[in-house]
Amino acid sequence: MKLIRLKTAMVLVAATGALAAAPAFAGKTVDAIKARGQVICGVNTGLAGFSAADSNGKWTGMDVDVCRAVAAAVLSDPEKVKYVPLNAQQRFTALQSGEVDILARNTTFTLTRDASLGLSQTAVTYYDGQGFLVTTKSKIKSAKQLKGQTVCVQSGTTTEKNLTDYSKAAGLNIKPVVFEKLEAAEGAYFSGRCVAYTTDASGLASTRNKVAKNPADHVILPDLISKEPLGPMVRRGDDDWTAIVKWTIYGLLESEEYGVTAANADDQKANSKDPVVGRLLGSTEDIGKLLGLDKEWLYRAIKATGNYGEIFERNVGPKSALQLPRGLNNQWNKGGIQYAPPLR
Amino acid sequence: MTTPSTPPKKPWSWRSQAFRGLIYQVVTVVLIVLVVLYLANNTNTNMKARGIQSGFDFMMGGAGFDIGESLFPYDSADPYWKAFLVGFVNTLRVAVVGIVLTTILGTIIGVGRFSRNALVRGLCLCYVEFFRNIPILLQLLMWYLMFTEVLPESAAPLTLGPLFLSKGGLNFPIPIWSGGYTLGAWGLLAGIVAAVFYRRYAHASFERTGVPKSTILTPIGIAIGLGLLGWLLGGAPTDMNRPVQGEFAIENGGALTPEYMSVLLGLTVYTASFVAEVVRGGIQSVALGQSEAASALGLARGQTMRLVMLPQALRVIIPPLTNQYLNLTKNSSLAVAIGYPDVVSIANTAINQTGRAVECIAVIMLVYLSTSLFTSVMMNWYNNRSAIQER
Repeated sequence: MKLIRLKTAMVLVAATGALAAAPAFAGKTVDAIKARGQVICGVNTGLAGFSAADSNGKWTGMDVDVCRAVAAAVLSDPEKVKYVPLNAQQRFTALQSGEVDILARNTTFTLTRDASLGLSQTAVTYYDGQGFLVTTKSKIKSAKQLKGQTVCVQSGTTTEKNLTDYSKAAGLNIKPVVFEKLEAAEGAYFSGRCVAYTTDASGLASTRNKVAKNPADHVILPDLISKEPLGPMVRRGDDDWTAIVKWTIYGLLESEEYGVTAANADDQKANSKDPVVGRLLGSTEDIGKLLGLDKEWLYRAIKATGNYGEIFERNVGPKSALQLPRGLNNQWNKGGIQYAPPLR
Repeated sequence: MTTPSTPPKKPWSWRSQAFRGLIYQVVTVVLIVLVVLYLANNTNTNMKARGIQSGFDFMMGGAGFDIGESLFPYDSADPYWKAFLVGFVNTLRVAVVGIVLTTILGTIIGVGRFSRNALVRGLCLCYVEFFRNIPILLQLLMWYLMFTEVLPESAAPLTLGPLFLSKGGLNFPIPIWSGGYTLGAWGLLAGIVAAVFYRRYAHASFERTGVPKSTILTPIGIAIGLGLLGWLLGGAPTDMNRPVQGEFAIENGGALTPEYMSVLLGLTVYTASFVAEVVRGGIQSVALGQSEAASALGLARGQTMRLVMLPQALRVIIPPLTNQYLNLTKNSSLAVAIGYPDVVSIANTAINQTGRAVECIAVIMLVYLSTSLFTSVMMNWYNNRSAIQER
């Protein structure tokens, strides 16, 4: 009853949002952000390494850093971000209705989402794949051993469908137990209701290392059953804003490629002879004005969050609590597939 | 010549009250229709303007997701409407069974509040005050925690005869369907019809002769007896599909998942506390003289309650009882919090996969609206039947 009301309210909010100002959003997101003095960023309710609030209400994570970088580029201050925690089902409605400017909530890019939701995908910040978390005690070594078993999963995710596709293709007859909230799905797995818990491998690492009482009791199976390119989404129809978000991410990627870090940005800005670095930091060419921003947009973003590699290391990398290997997310010239189009 | 006549019917006038009334009504209806049309049209236009696709065409496309429990065969390749149907049936499964159990439990507790035994009275009072003052969502989570935390792993279940109780739920043997059972079912059906006729005969006979005949035990005996007879004639099959211990979980047999049991238990226990109050209020509304008169006639306390008090209390009980049934049905939507695949849960998944939020919410509303209206209609029919017959 309560949930129904909540959902209905959400739709009504979406509908009234739609009523209030129809095409006024187009091209106006940046103006609205500047007038408001804040980027409103839809994030996960709590997924360590991607977006999670600490006890002081300070948000950290890869998705959070994207928001901070964008805020630094547009508003010159990475702190001018308002975080709106969203669960899996709320997220698209929140973005469609204009409640958030950018949805940085470990969201998978798919055709359906791109083509039918009125949203635009920007750039991939994390290449992921779906896996399974099982207890060490169960002695399960491969996903093929999950035949006929119950698997806990969060609703409103691509995960649910991947699980079904995989179960069907491999003839496993897996029984999903679907929860609305991430915390409930994790809780049910830890209580022993399900033999396995499934979500993106990065999410599993987060759950295993941050939520489990003893991480050693749980193991992530080697099988990955899907491609999950995660990245921020924006409302369709505002190409200026889409470009800003997209090129901020590309800029952070390219600055890693060319060795620009938060620590050496000032030095590079003053001394670097490399024309690429000059463009990135705005010491020579002004590429910011093409995006409707100033010359130092990316310099500020790099100063705020570090380059892509630093963001990765700090939040999810081998030295962080999640201990995720760089893998696919390494630069294209270092064995990964992160390849930013040139900023010129 | 003047003929005193009844005042002539007023000629129709633009200024007559009737006409004004009509105008007001027409204007109101037109306004409401216009507002609804405006909202619908505007939402539609704006969704189109932003490139959000809409429409119910997705219902025919493949759903592509599995559902944990279903009363009938469902495959992920089936269309969305079938997935919604599974959810709807799952909702009904909770609502119907819940309503029956709630009625029984609520009546027992409500009647218990009038017990002469102070302990029974006190316990019933505690039950009501405890369960109706804790939010239902918390209670559902509590039951679910009990099932998933307290019970043993499915690898080492509690065994109660042929029953297995574990984190995987309750597993029980189910008969393997064969000719004998079909015959037994027909026998039971015939038995029920025969029992109904016997009851009518017993009532008539009591009215005529004043000699009471059993109107409860004998008919039940007839129904069960004929059912047994059919089963025996069919060769008395006893083959059961028994649950067995698998490697990680219990396999075969019938099963109730912890999600279903938690939802059912939670809703039943919660709503029963309200029903108990409704029943208590109904009984208290019957004049004290009725119970005294019944005692004066020599009826035992149980008989007084069953034959005199409850039938009269029923007239007061039914309308608020209908509300409680509706609440139970609607509260079942909270099941999504503990992973039970009811219609809300299915719609959530469908919204995410197709992005048709408005359409899916409309389906949910339609489901609850039609279920609730149907319940109301049935209860109103029963209310009319049990109302005082003016003679």
